[in-house]
Amino acid sequence: MTDIIRLDGVSKQFGFVMGVDNVSLNVRKGEFLTLLGPSGCGKSTLLRMIGGFEEPTAGRIWLDGEDVTDLPANQRAVNMLFQDYALFPHMSVGKNVGYGLRVAGVPKREVETKVREVLELVGLADKIATAPHQLSGGQRQRVALARAIVRHPKVLLLDEPLSALDANLREAMQVELRHLHQKVGLTFIMVTHDQTEALTMSDRVIVMRQGRIMQDGAPQSLYDLPGSPYIADFIGTTNLFNSRIENGQVACYGQPLTINPQAIVAGTQTFGFRPEKARLLPGNASGANLLRGTVAEVFYHGSVARIVVDLGQGQVLVDLQISDAAVGLPKAGAQVAVEVASHKIMGFAAEDAA
Amino acid sequence: MSLAAAPSQVRTAPRARLSKRIRKAADATVWIGIATLILTFLYTPIVVLVAFSFNSSRSLSWPMTGLTLDWYRKLAENDQLITAVQNSVYVAVSATALTLLIGVPAALALDRLDFPGKGVFRKLVLLPIALPGIITGISMLILFRLLGFGLSLETVIIGHATALLAVVVTQVFARLQRLPHSLDEASADLGASGLQTFFLVTLPNIRTAVIGAGILSFTLSFDEIPVTFFLTGRDNTLPMYIWSTMRRGLTPEINAVGALIVAASILLILISVLLQRERTGQGR
Repeated sequence: MTDIIRLDGVSKQFGFVMGVDNVSLNVRKGEFLTLLGPSGCGKSTLLRMIGGFEEPTAGRIWLDGEDVTDLPANQRAVNMLFQDYALFPHMSVGKNVGYGLRVAGVPKREVETKVREVLELVGLADKIATAPHQLSGGQRQRVALARAIVRHPKVLLLDEPLSALDANLREAMQVELRHLHQKVGLTFIMVTHDQTEALTMSDRVIVMRQGRIMQDGAPQSLYDLPGSPYIADFIGTTNLFNSRIENGQVACYGQPLTINPQAIVAGTQTFGFRPEKARLLPGNASGANLLRGTVAEVFYHGSVARIVVDLGQGQVLVDLQISDAAVGLPKAGAQVAVEVASHKIMGFAAEDAA
Repeated sequence: MSLAAAPSQVRTAPRARLSKRIRKAADATVWIGIATLILTFLYTPIVVLVAFSFNSSRSLSWPMTGLTLDWYRKLAENDQLITAVQNSVYVAVSATALTLLIGVPAALALDRLDFPGKGVFRKLVLLPIALPGIITGISMLILFRLLGFGLSLETVIIGHATALLAVVVTQVFARLQRLPHSLDEASADLGASGLQTFFLVTLPNIRTAVIGAGILSFTLSFDEIPVTFFLTGRDNTLPMYIWSTMRRGLTPEINAVGALIVAASILLILISVLLQRERTGQGR
């Protein structure tokens, strides 16, 4: 059996609101899976149901072939890394990490060895006698992590693990968590609202919205082949526009663009292209699939500049890679052309809301 | 420019520093003065009480005539008074234990559980603290009569516990509210049962609040008169005894009792401080 977790039509209803709406999902053993979505999309509730902190109103949860739907949290072989770390303030680092082993009645000597091992793994062996309040945010996180993996759970649940850290530390911890995942070989299920985090860290990303799964796939396929305009704009940025198709052409704010026949799905109405896949050209450039307009605004990001181009009836974003600072950035008001290769235009089946 | 400005800065700096120091000293003097006044106001009566408990003369007039331990010896021979102290300790300890046993779980239920009528329950639990002792006393007297209970120290204990419950619940509940729920969840997540979580995680973190509420309950029960007055049978507690002897005039013996109670209170405070320090020291 390679599926460590199986969710079968799991729902959670809060009053009249469906927090999680009929979610079915398989998680493979050893996988790093991320539940991604805006706040209130049900991702945390789903995670808490797997952990045993919330009871589903419908559906079954299977852990390693066993139906655990009705098991309380303390009898499930899953552990959670809490968003606020939830370290016990009255216990030292070592006591915190060993807690799960001690309550399970593991002999003292063995607890000590295992605590030492796992603290070694997260690089905090010298802090074993320190109190949690004397640690930095990143160190606390690592203690929480050590505490959660010391019992070798079948699945490690991570609830917005990096949201309490500042930007630099967050990037370092992304790498560290990924490495740890490879090293210990546990199954990780992470919840986040940060798409960069989801894309960098996971093997598979599940995008959720309003309690339902919107798309399920590897990070690259989510980015390159978003299944809906919503995902196209939630993961990365996409210039979306509505149009009818006439002679293999669509109109982007009144200007014609040729699209690939593959992009045409039955009932296609919404199209889009990503800012970094379009090319900014001088206003006098000629060629196929050009959108002409004026520069409205320039956002400088260092390695790249995002240019807002006014097409008259609407605006599109174009990214300009800055490989040579001497070239300079376009000025607001300048006439420009935007080249969008036909195969870079995505088409989406009609959706009620984007 | 900076070179030219530098010498003058060096010259003015010590002067500025000096005036700053004088202002600081003045500030400190004012604060020390205020603090002394407050402390004098608070503690003069107690100092007078303790001092006169060693006065060799019966009369409470200054200056003191000489030092003696007579009043303490007399006190040790006064069986009525000793019984009263024992009764008071018995009542205060039992009432405190009873309120903690009911109050801590009640506070836990209020904080951790969700049940219908919770808001009303919370307000009703806290209400007795606002009720005058006389009301509690009379109402419980009527109830005990109706139920056919004889009045005794035990009825006093029940009366005190009723009034003190609000104190314990308020204090423990306030502490629980500051304790993140994720600690409970983390404990359960790591395999602990509900009882293990309570004793290993929740209790150590609310311990100081429980100790504080316990000490406060003990003190309140120890010197309580109105409820005791209505609910006691033939037994006297210390405040009741002192009150009854006062009708015959203030005796230095009472001063001696007072001095002993002050000493006991200081001891109690020291113990509570020690208990609370041990908690913070544990993590290191």
